[in-house]
Amino acid sequence: MTIKQLSIFVENKPGRLAEITGILADEHIDIRAVCVADTREFGILRLIVDDPESAAKRVKAHDCTCTLSEVLVLRIDDQPGGLAGPMKMLSAVGISVEYMYAFVSKDKDAAYVIFKVEDIAKAVETLQQGGVRLASQEEIRAL
Amino acid sequence: MFFQKDLETMRRSDLEALQLTRLKHFVQYCYDNVAFYHKRMDEAKFDPAKLQTLSDIQYIPYTTKEDIRDNYPTGLFACPMKDIVRLHASSGTTGKPTVVGYTRRDLDIWSDCVARLVTAAGATDEDIVQISFGYGLFTGALGLHYGLEKIGATVIPISSGNTDKQVMMMNDLGVTALVSTPSYALYMSEAAREKGVLDQLKLRLGLFGSEGCTPAMRDQIEKSFHIFATDNYGMSELCGPGVSGECELRCGMHINEDHFYPELINPNTLERAALGEVGELVVTTLTKEGFPMLRYRTKDLTTIDYEPCKCGRTFARMAKPMGRSDDMLKIRGVNVFPTQIESVLMTEPHIGGHYQLVVRREGYMDTLEVKVELTDGSLLENYGSLEALQRKVQSDLKSVLGIQAKVNLCEPKSIERFQGKAKRIVDLRGEGDI
Repeated sequence: MTIKQLSIFVENKPGRLAEITGILADEHIDIRAVCVADTREFGILRLIVDDPESAAKRVKAHDCTCTLSEVLVLRIDDQPGGLAGPMKMLSAVGISVEYMYAFVSKDKDAAYVIFKVEDIAKAVETLQQGGVRLASQEEIRAL
Repeated sequence: MFFQKDLETMRRSDLEALQLTRLKHFVQYCYDNVAFYHKRMDEAKFDPAKLQTLSDIQYIPYTTKEDIRDNYPTGLFACPMKDIVRLHASSGTTGKPTVVGYTRRDLDIWSDCVARLVTAAGATDEDIVQISFGYGLFTGALGLHYGLEKIGATVIPISSGNTDKQVMMMNDLGVTALVSTPSYALYMSEAAREKGVLDQLKLRLGLFGSEGCTPAMRDQIEKSFHIFATDNYGMSELCGPGVSGECELRCGMHINEDHFYPELINPNTLERAALGEVGELVVTTLTKEGFPMLRYRTKDLTTIDYEPCKCGRTFARMAKPMGRSDDMLKIRGVNVFPTQIESVLMTEPHIGGHYQLVVRREGYMDTLEVKVELTDGSLLENYGSLEALQRKVQSDLKSVLGIQAKVNLCEPKSIERFQGKAKRIVDLRGEGDI
């Protein structure tokens, strides 16, 4: 139950994000969620898209350094406490979250939270036992 | 394999006798035919007729790049233009170019010298050679061109630029040897890989020159192209390529000592460097007629080994220049050679082969920024691994250079590529404050 996240190395200079997102637009890649944190000179642009493989192929063809990695996507109720429950489950078994970002779905009463942990298998097991719903690649593609 | 075995394997005593005969004649020739040399020798109270031994050369004044510039364009020519059959000019990075002239005999000897070094490097009449140096006034392309034709190789004078076409020709014509700068070779191998033809190329030899190449960079080119690469050395002031070149044992570049008499000096005291010590290479062109050079200070720092080589050649071997006395960067009072930085970068697998050095002055402090290209996506899992890479390269540089450098990770292909000599240093000191 993991989702492929595209991470792209981006130099911190004007117009670079516009160029990279432009490459994806030209290929009709739909972005579901985006997150970029930066240091002074460079950043890592993280993307959840409808078609991660062709997105990776396109940006590589434009000489970008990128990688596809496995992340977890929680589908939670869009209401107070929706995120706190799953986070408590993870912390109870000693799993810490490396980074996390989220988006709210258009028409359903749900939110999606993308997060990265080191021990993916253990996190999946813990969350599923706790009755938390994890989104599949298909579900993200279909959104 | 040898091109002129009897000369290349001469006993040292015979070689020195030949050098002395030629030197006597050459010094007199310079005195009689070039007003500048005449005046210099007179000023130094040196009488060319009194030259008795090779070491008497030490009484003759040095010639420098500035002397050539002061006598622009043809003041140092020893022949009337009627006897000059070819002119070349070096890339003048500052001011006027250096114009050099060749008589027909000069061209013949030059191509012999190049023929020797390409043969020593393993080239034969079976080879199909692509010359990707820029043609024109630059001596590199035509120098290799005539030397390779002399051994009977098939020469493709494609010149530099249009990398797609370079790769296409290389593939379609079954090119077996490549002449280019090391940085352009690396760039072409990237292009060949992208086109998916890298593994079907028939390349087996790389003859590199015109800019320095560290062993690590050469390894990288050899691995990506599956070739055997050698370096050769020369400069337009002395003839162009052909002054020295590596044999297949790659233990130094054999100097064509019957035509080029080498000396090593301490660039500060101008005294002769002790045997085995690093010094600035000074060369006298024993047989040049058109543009004779007497004790020319090359500014290249190297060592010379006079032991005969296992390949059978007795010509002395010079090490790859470890830097130019004028390319040397002085950062916070420390001497830094770009080659030292390159040797560190080439051992790091996550970054590419191209780099740029930016030197700035912030307040009263010099800073060195090293820009490298991140080519490996596997480090993008988290910032920690990227920062760890930066820190590792910084600490490796610190241990080699002795000063702190800031490593900046850049995107692939974002650092400028060069088809001729790479310009890797941007020195911004002297602009802005102070």
